[in-house]
Amino acid sequence: MLLKDVALALDAEILCCEELLDREVKTCFACDMVSEMLLHVQSNTLLITSLTNAHVLHAALVMDALAVVFVGGKRPDNTVIKNAEHSGLPLMTTKKHIFECCGLLYKEGLRGYEH
Amino acid sequence: MLNNSFRFTPHITLEFKIEEKDFFIASESASRIKKTLQQLGIKQDIIKRTAIIIYEAAMNVAIHAIHGALKVYVDPEVISVVTEDVGPGIENVELAMKEGYSTAPQEIREMGFGAGMGLPNIKQCSDELVIDTKIGEGTTLKAKIYLNKNHE
Ligand SMILES: Nc1ncnc2c1ncn2[C@@H]1O[C@H](COP(=O)(O)OP(=O)(O)OP(=O)(O)O)[C@@H](O)[C@H]1O
Ligand SMILES: [Mg+2]
Repeated sequence: MLLKDVALALDAEILCCEELLDREVKTCFACDMVSEMLLHVQSNTLLITSLTNAHVLHAALVMDALAVVFVGGKRPDNTVIKNAEHSGLPLMTTKKHIFECCGLLYKEGLRGYEH
Repeated sequence: MLNNSFRFTPHITLEFKIEEKDFFIASESASRIKKTLQQLGIKQDIIKRTAIIIYEAAMNVAIHAIHGALKVYVDPEVISVVTEDVGPGIENVELAMKEGYSTAPQEIREMGFGAGMGLPNIKQCSDELVIDTKIGEGTTLKAKIYLNKNHE
């Protein structure tokens, strides 16, 4: 599944790095705890979260996440967006909540990472 | 088996001061060291594990202690991550190592920390882990990642 198809499925607004949406999502992980992101986000993982602070951005960057989807209409402040843009990390936001997002992407064939 | 990327790994020491409530030094030092290790051609999996240990250990100092330091030593065989802090110490290390155990206050949880997963993550990512702690004085954490050993 490509990032642009994720955006379509979730009816998401792209916040930055629109030019990188041809990237392929291999796995998906949803959580609101930084320690869990560190352990479960791999390269090519799409991170789904309702946390929008700079810590989430940094964790996603350190773990080479593929992109981040903010749920429930949450959007990070402009510093976070600029930083992500600069680092080549696509961000998007959707009004849908976390359960619905996961369900929709699962239906499209996306799966979590098996350790 | 001799791996080229390790043969040329020089001895490197990196140090970071951790001030009270400096919640950004953890990710900053993790990403700086990640870059250094990438330049040395160290394997991706080892870099990830090192970055997780640094992030979690430095974050613990910033959140739970008063101040401290992070030191990372890289040599051809092993990466050592050491944090030393002045702080309350850990009353029951065995309990602190349990997944889900956390004393982090509400404002820390709202930032996305306090899952009680940091020490278990460090344990899982390291080949050796030693925690020395004295109540009312502070904590020293030493984690080792071997460069040419299989990690299960
Ligand atoms: N350097 C430290 N000084 C004092 N107490 C500590 C230190 N590191 C950990 N602890 C204690 O051990 C507990 C568990 O630590 P751990 O890193 O596993 O979880 P956490 O920091 O609370 O949450 P998380 O790491 O998931 O954000 C902490 O809540 C705290 O009580
Ligand atoms: Mg912690």
